[in-house]
Amino acid sequence: MTDEVAVRIRGVSHAFGEQGDTRHVRALLDTSLDIRRGELLCLIGPSGCGKSTLLSIMGGLMEPAAGTVEVGNQLVRGPMPQEIAFVFQENALFPWSTVIENVKLGMMFQGVRKAEREKRAKLSLEAVGLAEFAEHYPGQLSGGMRQRAALARALSLETGILLMDEPFGALDEQTRMVLGEDLSVLLSRTDKTIVFVTHSLGEAVFLADRVAVFSARPGTIKEIIEVDEPHPRKPEFITSEKFTRIRNQLYSLLHDEIRKAVSQSAASQRAAADKSSRGAQP
Amino acid sequence: MSERADRDRGRWASRAVQALFLIVLISLWTFATTLGHVSPILLPNPLAVLNELIDVLKSGEYIGDLRVTLTELAFAFAISVISGTIVGYLISRSPYAIKVLEPLLAGAYSVPVILFLPLYVLFFGLGPPSKIALGATISFFPIALNTIAGFGYIDKIFIVSARSMGASNYQLFRFVLLPAAFPVILTGLRMGFTVALLAILGSETIASLAGLGHRIVHLAESMDMARMFAYITFAVAIAAFLNAAVSSLEAKGKR
Repeated sequence: MTDEVAVRIRGVSHAFGEQGDTRHVRALLDTSLDIRRGELLCLIGPSGCGKSTLLSIMGGLMEPAAGTVEVGNQLVRGPMPQEIAFVFQENALFPWSTVIENVKLGMMFQGVRKAEREKRAKLSLEAVGLAEFAEHYPGQLSGGMRQRAALARALSLETGILLMDEPFGALDEQTRMVLGEDLSVLLSRTDKTIVFVTHSLGEAVFLADRVAVFSARPGTIKEIIEVDEPHPRKPEFITSEKFTRIRNQLYSLLHDEIRKAVSQSAASQRAAADKSSRGAQP
Repeated sequence: MSERADRDRGRWASRAVQALFLIVLISLWTFATTLGHVSPILLPNPLAVLNELIDVLKSGEYIGDLRVTLTELAFAFAISVISGTIVGYLISRSPYAIKVLEPLLAGAYSVPVILFLPLYVLFFGLGPPSKIALGATISFFPIALNTIAGFGYIDKIFIVSARSMGASNYQLFRFVLLPAAFPVILTGLRMGFTVALLAILGSETIASLAGLGHRIVHLAESMDMARMFAYITFAVAIAAFLNAAVSSLEAKGKR
C-alpha cells in the first residue's frame, strides 16, 4: 500500500425520484473520500445510506447529481472496463453460459485477445478454486460457488480496481467466513485496490485495511477506522482482542445511525400508507 | 440410477395407458359400425377408412392438396415470424411502449380472428393468399407477445454487469439480450406455428379452392364418408408430426 490515491471522490451527492415526490430520497450528501492504491476499503452503514450508490457512482454505472469521481487522473463519466471490475451481490453470471464461458465473455467485452482469454480464464478459476467446475452452468452451483465464479470473472479482467457490492450478502454466515478468508489470501497476492460494501461488522474488520462508516440517510462518511493487520488474515484474528476492540468501536459508531435509519424507514412507510389511504377515499 | 429406472417405468406405464385408450376407442368404433346400427353415412367402418387411406397414399392424390396447405403454412409462418419478432423487439425497447401496447396486443390476441375470414376472402380472393393472411394474423400475436416478454423483462443486473465489463451495443444484444430472451421467443414461435396450422386448415374448410381442409369438406359434401375420414386421419397425422417436430426443435433450442 502506498499513499498514492487510486480513486478520488469529491463532494458527491445523489438523490432518487423527483423533488417533492413522497418517494424522493436523498441517498448521498456531499461525500468526499480518497481511496489509496492497493488498500481494501470497506463501506459500512445502515440500509439505504447510499453506500451501494456511491460504489455505482465510483464505477461509472450511475451519474451523481453533484460532485466528481476521478480514477487515476481521469474523470469517471461511464464504465471504465480497463480500470474497474465489479462483483455484484445478486448473481450476475449469465445462466445460459458455463462458468468458463462467463469468464471469457467478460474478457471479450473488455477487449482481451482470444488466445489470451483461455489462459486467463483457467488461471482465475484456479485462483478461486473452481477449476473443476469450469464446464458447469451457474444454476448447478451453490450460492457461494457462484460468487467465487463472479470473483473469477472480475479477477480475469486484471483491473487495478475491484468494486464489490455486498458480494457475500446473500450467503449464509459460514460460507461468508470461508469466502472472506479465501478473499484475504487471494488479495494479499495482488496489489489491487478494493472497495467492499458490506452490512457485516465482522466481515468489515476481518477484510478491510480501512473501514468507512456511513451515517443514516442522507448518507455521508462519518468516520474512517484503520485496521492495522497484515494480509492474509488468519482465522485467529477473529478471536483476538484487537478484532473485538475495533468491532466494538464500529458498533458504537453505527448503533445510533442504524436506529435513525430504522425510524426513517418506518416514517416513510407511514407517509406512503397515509397517502394511499387518502387516495382511496371517494 | 434407480430413480431414473423409476422414471422410465413411470413413462412406460403412462404410454401403455395412452395406447390402451386408443385401442379401446378404435375397438368401440369397430364394434359400433359392424355389430351396431350406426349408419355408415355418419360413421364409416374403420377398415373401410383404412382401405381408403391406403388408396389415398398409394394414388398420390393427396400431394396437390398437401402442397397447397404446407405452402400456405410456410408463407403465413414466415410472415408472422418476421413481423412478430421485429414488432415485439421494437416494443420491448421502451417500458412506455410495453405499458401501452402489450395489453392492446394481448387483447387483440383473444379476438377470434377467424371471424374476419369473409373479409380476408373479399380482399385476397378464395385462393391461398386469404389463408396466408389469416394464418399470419393469428400467429403474429403469440410471437409478438412472447418477443416482448423475452426482451422486455430481462434482469437488469445482466445488462449492468455486461456494461461494466465494456460490452458494446452489438455485444450486449448478441451475448446478453438475445440468449436471455431466446427461450421465451422460442415458445412464442411454437405457439404461433400451432395456431397458424389450425387457422389455415380451418379456413380451408370454410372457403377455399384447394388444400387438405378443402378436400375434406368436398368429400363430406359428396357423402364419401370413408374417404373423408381417411383424409382427416391423414391431416391429423401431418399436424401431429409438424407440431412434434417444432416442439423438439424448441426443446433443443432451450437446452
